[in-house]
Amino acid sequence: MSKQEQARTSQDPELLRRLLRAKDRMDAASHEAWPVQRLARVSSVSEAHFARSFKEAFGLPPHRYLLTRRIERAKALLRDTDLPILEIALQTGWNSLGTFGRTFRDVTGESPRELRARERAARHELERVPACYVSAAYRPGLTTAVSEKRRQEAGATKSAPQKPEVI
Amino acid sequence: MSQGIGVVGLYVRDQDEALEFYVEKLGFRVHTDARNGDYRWLTVQHPDQPTLQLGLFKPQAPVLDASTAQTVSEIVAKGAMPPLVLNVDDCRVAYERMQARGVEFTQAPEERYGNVDANFRDPSGNGWKMIESRRAPH
Repeated sequence: MSKQEQARTSQDPELLRRLLRAKDRMDAASHEAWPVQRLARVSSVSEAHFARSFKEAFGLPPHRYLLTRRIERAKALLRDTDLPILEIALQTGWNSLGTFGRTFRDVTGESPRELRARERAARHELERVPACYVSAAYRPGLTTAVSEKRRQEAGATKSAPQKPEVI
Repeated sequence: MSQGIGVVGLYVRDQDEALEFYVEKLGFRVHTDARNGDYRWLTVQHPDQPTLQLGLFKPQAPVLDASTAQTVSEIVAKGAMPPLVLNVDDCRVAYERMQARGVEFTQAPEERYGNVDANFRDPSGNGWKMIESRRAPH
């Protein structure tokens, strides 16, 4: 059996259902801190088992999944409210404007301010779609770690931050 | 009405558990519960919707081979099945009632865009959005 085939071995549906519970909890409160031990407790699995199983089930590590939800929410707030960007950063789980702005740009390719201006210019007609599905459509796809993305872009961007993101 | 959608099916991990959930916790009614060997055709209905049946089906032989059934069970447990929407008159009241009965809510009632909605899952992992749809005044 090749490595790729092994990566797609089946998972116990009962375990997956419990992992889904941890994912749901992050969805419901993405602004909160979700260390692995807290998530593992929600899923009733060991910490070591949790991170590996979650990634296998949902395609990305739990902390990176959380990051996509935070960015998604920040994008919605930038688009739909007039809240100051600092306020949005604090509401979506960051401790500082600097970290938020840097991470946001690394993930989406534009600054919070730029995104807000662009979204305002082109209003979408999405009123008939339930809000959560509209929101999901704005979720960023994070196939690589943010630190990796930064490394890849480091050559092109002179001011690429060196500090890894800690969530 | 004689034309239109008659049955829409969900995959569930355990039909007894699903029956208990949709009938006891959500207030649906059993429409058909027919067994043929290991196979069980089970549908429920919302009391206000007598023309639509919600099928509660187990991914199993002979409809699916064992490997496909396993894959489908995993997809359901990961919450990856398509979204379901339940319309209610009063989202907060329905939330209180259902939560007291042990329904697993993934989002408490929230007001957005002038409407209230909440999210819950059935025991198998199927995700429902519950939306308040006030009836037009008569």
